[in-house]
Amino acid sequence: MTTLALKDLIIKPERLASGHRLCAGCAESILAKQILLGTDDEVVVTASTGCFEVSTTIFPYTSWNTPYIHTAFGNGAATCAGVETAYAALKKQGKIRENIKFVNFAGDGATYDIGLQALSGAMERGHKMMYVCLNNEAYMNTGIQRSSATSLGASTTTSWAGSLAPGKKEFPKDMTEIMAAHNIPYVAQVSPHNWRDTVTKAQKGFNADGPSFINCISPCPRGWRFPSDETIAIAKLAVETCVWPLYEVVDGKYVLTGESARIASGKVEKKPVLDWINSQGRFKHLLQDRWEPVVESIQDQIDKKWNRLVKLSEMDL
Amino acid sequence: MGMDIAINGDNAVALAWKQINPDVCAAYPITPQTIIVEKFAEYVANGEVDTEFVCVESEHSALTLCTTSASAGARTFTATASQGLAYMWEMVPITASMRVPLIMAVANRTVSGPININNDHGDVMSVRDCGWIQLFSENVQQAYDNSIIAPRIAEHHDVQLPCMVNLDGFILTHAIERMTMVDTADVKSFVGEHKPLYPLLDVKHPISHGNMDGPDFYYPHKYQTVMAMDNALKVAEEVFEEFYQLTGRRYNLVDEYMCDDADIVVVILGSSYGTMKATVDLLREEGIKVGCCMPHVYRPWPEAAMAKIMNGKKSVVVFDKHLGIGSYGPLFPEVVTAAVDLEEVPKMYNVIYGLGGADATVAGFKGILEDVAEGKAEKMTYLGVRL
Repeated sequence: MTTLALKDLIIKPERLASGHRLCAGCAESILAKQILLGTDDEVVVTASTGCFEVSTTIFPYTSWNTPYIHTAFGNGAATCAGVETAYAALKKQGKIRENIKFVNFAGDGATYDIGLQALSGAMERGHKMMYVCLNNEAYMNTGIQRSSATSLGASTTTSWAGSLAPGKKEFPKDMTEIMAAHNIPYVAQVSPHNWRDTVTKAQKGFNADGPSFINCISPCPRGWRFPSDETIAIAKLAVETCVWPLYEVVDGKYVLTGESARIASGKVEKKPVLDWINSQGRFKHLLQDRWEPVVESIQDQIDKKWNRLVKLSEMDL
Repeated sequence: MGMDIAINGDNAVALAWKQINPDVCAAYPITPQTIIVEKFAEYVANGEVDTEFVCVESEHSALTLCTTSASAGARTFTATASQGLAYMWEMVPITASMRVPLIMAVANRTVSGPININNDHGDVMSVRDCGWIQLFSENVQQAYDNSIIAPRIAEHHDVQLPCMVNLDGFILTHAIERMTMVDTADVKSFVGEHKPLYPLLDVKHPISHGNMDGPDFYYPHKYQTVMAMDNALKVAEEVFEEFYQLTGRRYNLVDEYMCDDADIVVVILGSSYGTMKATVDLLREEGIKVGCCMPHVYRPWPEAAMAKIMNGKKSVVVFDKHLGIGSYGPLFPEVVTAAVDLEEVPKMYNVIYGLGGADATVAGFKGILEDVAEGKAEKMTYLGVRL
């Protein structure tokens, strides 16, 4: 593996070519590029149905300069596991000589909701594959409907902010913890603003002796209602407010990384969640006085989860 | 020649798989298919095959994993039934459109509801138009033989389509019959080396599988599947001939019994074809000239072969082990369509029978065919239903 010097990374062949059809400001292609810099081996990419899949493979074109396969929405993990199983079989017979890595990219709908069963199954079975969730916190491909990854208080086209409702009424599911509970060798959360952290975690995931799961916060200008040149700043804010802590779980051991490690050690102050809420149009109704208790409950939830995470990271195994 | 053994249908399928030794097998347990994967798992555990065997968490994942494994270039087998096939449904047409020669045994069982574990063809009829080749088995021998024949048709480079091997739940899956094995060396040389087209794991030639099609490409891609399916008719006949040379057992697009001089021809699928042959023998003793036939290859639909059998007949009786609620059984309109270009179209009857494991007996078959012979039968009969 080459070092993480930019001068080395920049000359690596691009597996995802430019010219795909993702929206301007979409974080998904940035994240995919960072993840795929995590190995020098051959990589087979698989995808669950969603923005990323649709935007990179509209026939007769493809953005993929590496083998790629997609089948359906709720089965990205099984799609990837199938190729990995064939590889195991053919490698054993000496019909394949190359070392090949396997990664599935999926949105939050495909991961937290419809694909959870297939994902859980593949992780439990121990396929040597990485599963990457590009979490933009809603069904963006179908037009911003709420998923179980959507933040409390976010207005979506199926959880509107209205006269009676403050947007989505539930806290998001903690998918990273669900994956950690599968006792797989490597689980991590990343953000596209900290490319060094993301590429490092991708390296660890690809090199894990078994399944790995990486959950990526993926700001969506269209669905979150922010200008498309603020993607990286918004991603950074998610980490600085502890809405999206950077951490990894290596063989069960919790480790905070990047800005999250600095916040935990007291070197940097955690920013209030109101900064996060202020940055995006999907939360703008929460600034009305009547929804103040909602903002308080969001801050309360984030504090609790953050404190728990810090305690977990302090535990010796 | 191989030796004769006593074996049930599920174990016979597993035996054929063991002799073929596929690269990958993934499956999920469901009655009455389960014996296949149990037996195969035993072969895996004892090193009698070197297949990568994956116990997936659902049928949806079973068919997904098998589809992409086959796309990757591995010879891949699976098995299911009933609700399992229903749960796979989303993937069934995707597998076909990805043009992978995956083999799936279907231990035919009805679909809920009400929930019922017994045999009819409700499961497989729901996927008949999805682009899979479908072979039907009259008995355990045929379930075994079809399992050996299927990869040859599916993997042929003019075809490249997935194939289902149907065997009636319990009647064939669980009943022990006498069967003649094919020697393993003969099975291996008959099935041959798998030579996949455009395998995903050819990393030196990276390609994308499962892209999104707009209208300009969706329709022509579907039409290519139609052409491949048409090719499968000729390929099936060639493979059947080769299998006959190897084993002496001859199969046809449509297997037939006493049809040449018959006035009445019955069309029927699966194990009931055997029951119908016994019925034909009895009716012949009464002087009623009846014959029967079974589309051994149900997809692609062997229309020309069907039409040839029906030519010059007075009546054709189509037995459906499934129903189209609000319409006819699924086989009936297809047989009628095959008959419409004949100089004289026979009188056409549809008999629904055996749903959810209801009795399919010689006496029942004989009664309705006597009614047909005497001109007393209705166009459509729900045989043996009691309210």
